[in-house]
Amino acid sequence: MSNQTTHKSMSLVKPEANDLSVKQKIAVAIGAMGLLVLALAIFNTNFPNKTTFLTLSLAAIALGTILFANDAYLTKSEGIKNDGVWFKSISSRGVLAWITGILLTGFYIILYFFPQYLGQTPSGEPNTGLISLFDPLSYLLSGNPASQWFVYGTLYTVAILVFGYKFMLKYRHNRYEQLRTISVMFFQLGFAFLIPELMSRLNASPDYNLPYYDLKSMWPLNYYLFDSWSINGLLSSGALGFIMLMFGIISIFVISPFLTYKYGKRWYCSWVCGCGGLAETAGDSFRHLSSKKLSAWKLERWLIHTVLVFSVVMTTAVIYTYLGSDPNKFWLTRSAFLLGVGILLTLVFSITMIFKRHELGKDARYGAIGYFVLIAALFIMHYTGTSDKIFLIKASALRSVYGLYIGSIFSGVIGTGFYPILGNRVWCRFGCPMAAILGFQQRMFSKFRITTNGGQCISCGNCSTYCEMGIDVRAYAQKGENIVRSSCVGCGICSAVCPRGVLKLENDSLKGRINANEILLGNDVDLLDLINSK
Amino acid sequence: MEHIVIIGNGISGVTAARHIRKLSDKKITIISAETDYFFSRTALMYVYMGHMNFEHTQPYENWFWEKNNINLKKGYVKTIDTNSKTLHFAEGDTLTYNKLIIATGSKPNKFGWPGQDLKGVMGMYHKQDLENLEFYAPNNKVCKHAVIVGGGLIGIELAEMLNSRNIPVTFLVRESSFWNGVLPDGESEMINRHIKNHHIDLRLATNLKEIIPDENGKVKSVIIEETGEEILCDSVGLTAGVTPNIDFIKDSNIETGKGVKVNRFLETNIPDIYAIGDCAEQHEAIGNRRPIEAVWYTGRMMGETIAQTICGNKMPYNPGHWFNSAKFFDIEYQTYGWVHGSKNKPDYEQHFHWKHDDDTKCITIAFDKNTNAFLGINTFGIRMRHETFNTWLTEKRPVDYVINHLAEANFDPEFYKRYEKDVLKAYTNQFQTV
Repeated sequence: MSNQTTHKSMSLVKPEANDLSVKQKIAVAIGAMGLLVLALAIFNTNFPNKTTFLTLSLAAIALGTILFANDAYLTKSEGIKNDGVWFKSISSRGVLAWITGILLTGFYIILYFFPQYLGQTPSGEPNTGLISLFDPLSYLLSGNPASQWFVYGTLYTVAILVFGYKFMLKYRHNRYEQLRTISVMFFQLGFAFLIPELMSRLNASPDYNLPYYDLKSMWPLNYYLFDSWSINGLLSSGALGFIMLMFGIISIFVISPFLTYKYGKRWYCSWVCGCGGLAETAGDSFRHLSSKKLSAWKLERWLIHTVLVFSVVMTTAVIYTYLGSDPNKFWLTRSAFLLGVGILLTLVFSITMIFKRHELGKDARYGAIGYFVLIAALFIMHYTGTSDKIFLIKASALRSVYGLYIGSIFSGVIGTGFYPILGNRVWCRFGCPMAAILGFQQRMFSKFRITTNGGQCISCGNCSTYCEMGIDVRAYAQKGENIVRSSCVGCGICSAVCPRGVLKLENDSLKGRINANEILLGNDVDLLDLINSK
Repeated sequence: MEHIVIIGNGISGVTAARHIRKLSDKKITIISAETDYFFSRTALMYVYMGHMNFEHTQPYENWFWEKNNINLKKGYVKTIDTNSKTLHFAEGDTLTYNKLIIATGSKPNKFGWPGQDLKGVMGMYHKQDLENLEFYAPNNKVCKHAVIVGGGLIGIELAEMLNSRNIPVTFLVRESSFWNGVLPDGESEMINRHIKNHHIDLRLATNLKEIIPDENGKVKSVIIEETGEEILCDSVGLTAGVTPNIDFIKDSNIETGKGVKVNRFLETNIPDIYAIGDCAEQHEAIGNRRPIEAVWYTGRMMGETIAQTICGNKMPYNPGHWFNSAKFFDIEYQTYGWVHGSKNKPDYEQHFHWKHDDDTKCITIAFDKNTNAFLGINTFGIRMRHETFNTWLTEKRPVDYVINHLAEANFDPEFYKRYEKDVLKAYTNQFQTV
């Protein structure tokens, strides 16, 4: 039976309260002027003083957003500010949302595949267009001319900062949200933007050949960490380069599992990560658009783990090939490396199956077995000489396919371009291999959970609606069950929007973390005992 | 196969159906005249406010019912023939049952005010009420002013709803302070101020005399009983409590009072007919509870209990410690155990009250002044843990213990400012204990 899926407001007349105020209209105009300068630059308007116009443009964008946020939130009392979310065109898949989505998607396609339209020129020649507008800032930071990635990085950072400000005003009654937002703003500005730019100044010296490296971006999100140019660069940059490479490897195997054990994957996904940072700030207005259907959850589990397997196979092949390039250079030989990867994967698989089997659903067990058999088969074919190439396909081909389809199209074009249509965490939910690993750790051995407050849930649905990861939080809360889900990034919004104080993000003991209540708190204890003893 | 028919697809009826399905493979049919699928009534306000679409208020996807073999029938039961165990529908068809569960919930109170059935006058209970409100108060052009009559939980929610669309509201409250039949004075007064801070025209100790129509039979204004003042308005919300929705049963053999009379096993006077939720009335009140409990949680608990009885494990409705919650604009409210307002407070009950300077947070702890036993807590703007208070109430902890261990019960999000020390200091000052 059809259910009003397209229903917005039941009235034919538009709710009046959701029109923009005069101040908000002025703020939009100021921000639009800032964007107009960028648009004119794309169409090769040659601004006389690039420094002035770039500053004006970015300042206008920031000022517009700040004025808008001040009027939207500071004029009202502290509390949840979701009035009219499903009435506004931009946040309810209306015309504005589609226009924004198409513009964003178009920007990503040009950025990744046609940077010449942004003014990228063959190396040696001066930049033109939009990229040349950013030259002054790039010279200031790194001493080099701008590139399309510098333009992107700057706009990305500006977006996280100004929308982070907006988010902090919206949740000014909630210290968890405020601290989390300060954290993502700090890591984006410092670790992802300023430090890599300043580091590239070192490369002016012949002793350094550092690759662009966002220190907080870990493999496999940073899928190019083990590319030969990256490793070569790091290894030829003295102690600093070596330390960075070691930090990257320790992050994967020690730091990240430990922090995930203590705090859940939120320490990364909603406190540090740049993709998460953009989703939580600029993407906040779209969090309720994620699908909560059971079918979406099924798709999510297959897709994200397939990407993870792909990235493991691809990285193994890339490192294998790299090791082969100079057998005398490294203590690690090709076959020792392959054996190590094989043992590690077998260990993870066996430990999970032996100790955590009962915590997994049937399809999750089948999925794990399926992927394990697939990888084992590839290893065996290699060792028995059935195939002379590792994993059948050339490593470089695997790497470029991954970079194109996962790194560019999935994470950028779809992941961010479709914010206004599919919600703000499409990449994090369906594609990010890093999220898959951290999620696996979170599900298997973390102290983190969202606790449900006894029998207080009224099944209203605010928690599920505003979960950006599409978790049906209510399904757990109304049964009095804790929420322990691999996809939960710990943004804390379910807890914030709950009108009855039912949800709390907590780190507590592993025991009793996953509970299934037959009867909720409230009915007499005798009944509880009776049901539980059945 | 035994056919269990449930009239009403609210939380009580649906909980009963789900638990009967868990425990048995009996044939189950749920009847509703209101909606095709179960939705959370308490969430209707968020649909009007634009926080959610209507389908977000439905806790289960539409395939859930067929997959769990629960039949849904849309129809209005006109009469029940208890002899032939047959339901007669307003649409003309019939349905027979082996066991019948009446879970028809409530309807808004109307106290015979002149003009109470005019166009533009509505309660805020059913989905149809929401559709009415969307028609008569879609924005502040169509509805330049609204009046709400009745100062309870639904009244203040309706005020918040209208406020979200910038519709000016006059809020008529019979009592001398908001909800002070239930809340102690300090809390009630804090909420008065909070309501006014949201630019609501709050009129305390004010009654409705009549509602005046315009030439089209639509509401034009209301007249105040005490002053005779006329307030022009385009819609009126009647939110003076609810009554069991059982008119269709009055002509049957089933015993009714205000609600459907039931014993502790939720059985009516007719074998194989049960009543649960808002529409059920206990012969004798259980503890401090009212004979009719129109609360989400009690409806759910009765649904859980009746499922046991129906599936052969006969069980009395035996609610544990009282708890409830609500939200008054931006201030969340939770209660565990019993804390009475000044009108209904028993002699032995004494209160400790603490309020934060920002006027949005306070707690009231009730204890027995003879035994010092902790009786209950009201908490505003600070979340508390249900399980902890449930345990303390069962263990009959003294009030000193509760005050000293309040931190264990805190359920606020991480990094929130904590107030246990302030509370302890205030307590020590008020009661001179150590």
